[in-house]
Amino acid sequence: MRMKTSLLIAASLVAASMPAQAHRQWLLPSGTIFSGQDPWVSVDAAVSNDLFYADHVAMQLTNVKAWNPQGEEVAIQNASTGRYRSVFDVKLDKPGTWRIGTSQSGVMGTFKVDGVEWRLGGRRGPPPGAAQGQGGPAGGNAMAGRPGGQAPRFVATVDEIPANATDLKLTETSGRNEIFVTSGAPTEIKASGKGLELVPITHPAELVQGETARFRFTVDGQPAAGLKVTVVPGGKRYRDAEGVFEVTTGADGVAAIDWTMPGMFWLNATLSDDKPSVPRATARRMSYTTTVEVMAP
Amino acid sequence: MKKTSLLIAGLAAAPASAASISITIPRLNVAEYHRPYVAAWVEPAGGGAARTLFVWYDVDLRGAEPGTKWLSDLRTWWRKGGRSLKLPADGVSGATRAPGTHKVTLPADLKPGQYTLYVEAARETGGREIVSMPLTVPVAGGSASGKAELGAITLSAR
Repeated sequence: MRMKTSLLIAASLVAASMPAQAHRQWLLPSGTIFSGQDPWVSVDAAVSNDLFYADHVAMQLTNVKAWNPQGEEVAIQNASTGRYRSVFDVKLDKPGTWRIGTSQSGVMGTFKVDGVEWRLGGRRGPPPGAAQGQGGPAGGNAMAGRPGGQAPRFVATVDEIPANATDLKLTETSGRNEIFVTSGAPTEIKASGKGLELVPITHPAELVQGETARFRFTVDGQPAAGLKVTVVPGGKRYRDAEGVFEVTTGADGVAAIDWTMPGMFWLNATLSDDKPSVPRATARRMSYTTTVEVMAP
Repeated sequence: MKKTSLLIAGLAAAPASAASISITIPRLNVAEYHRPYVAAWVEPAGGGAARTLFVWYDVDLRGAEPGTKWLSDLRTWWRKGGRSLKLPADGVSGATRAPGTHKVTLPADLKPGQYTLYVEAARETGGREIVSMPLTVPVAGGSASGKAELGAITLSAR
């Protein structure tokens, strides 16, 4: 059950971070650079139109984790979900750079059973076998033979796809939404080598207006060349233009970003390919999201 | 001509350790005044590691929010070297200073050459300012001034 739920949340989180949708999912740290002994960072998490105004829905914290500079997982603290945003704290009890956020993966798509289309991912429903016997509203028999436009049927996991399913069109999805905060001197940010990732050349604790920052984007550890990275500055309410701009990575996967102003910036990139790691999937869709803080010179 | 050579002669006679910086912390007429955190450092003009000359912060503030918590507000100094400094540091860190002019002796082991001197101040419920000026060792002199959080900064051979 738990597994299914998290997969579902994964799917919805990935969907929420897609740029095609107006709503942007964000993590906003109270700061990214900390001094003193054992500072705390407080993080807001929400999905909204403009950054960073919590006006739509709170981000669910089920899959939010924190990793200390040694790469050990650490629990988030004081988690609370309100109407428009969630909030949590992380005690930065080790010097160095911490990673905080979500790393999601799932499978979405469609298949057919006896000519009727079913969907994998999205809203949960009973598996085809169970539904047939019960004859409920979402049951196979109840819907069988009805014309197109009927309510779609769902399964939550690949394992629930019946053996006689045909026309499988499954897409593996993965999404990361993470932030980096540094207590004291920054430490190296290591890539996992899986999916779409940001590997900093310019450390996130070194971002200053007037200095070009360089971030390498990788797919499964290899440079993501020609990747479009969307950069959105926060604080739109205090100016007329949204200020969004796009940079494209070079052959080495490196995006060079010139900050238009100091402040918090939201970065997002998405990438599709046909190299899924999940059996039976034929395509893969990946998304990467981060929030970085740019200091005034 | 004569004056210049005399000046050079005087400089040569003065040991490097005698050179000093005077930093003026302006008196500000504000509703809530806290003494600023101030840091100064030098960077070789040709590039290279920054060297902190001093940092003044609330060394006595302890508990859950010690004085070191606010050191990163000196954001440029923090990035240039503050964050890798172990505090308190002998001969480098000290308590905050009241408005007025404060004289700080340059380290005697600063090698002759061209540097940039930076002085950065950040004040609680106030602003932040960074002032920079060229610094030649052995020191001949020089001055610069801040506009808000820092006043006159002068270099002198002694």
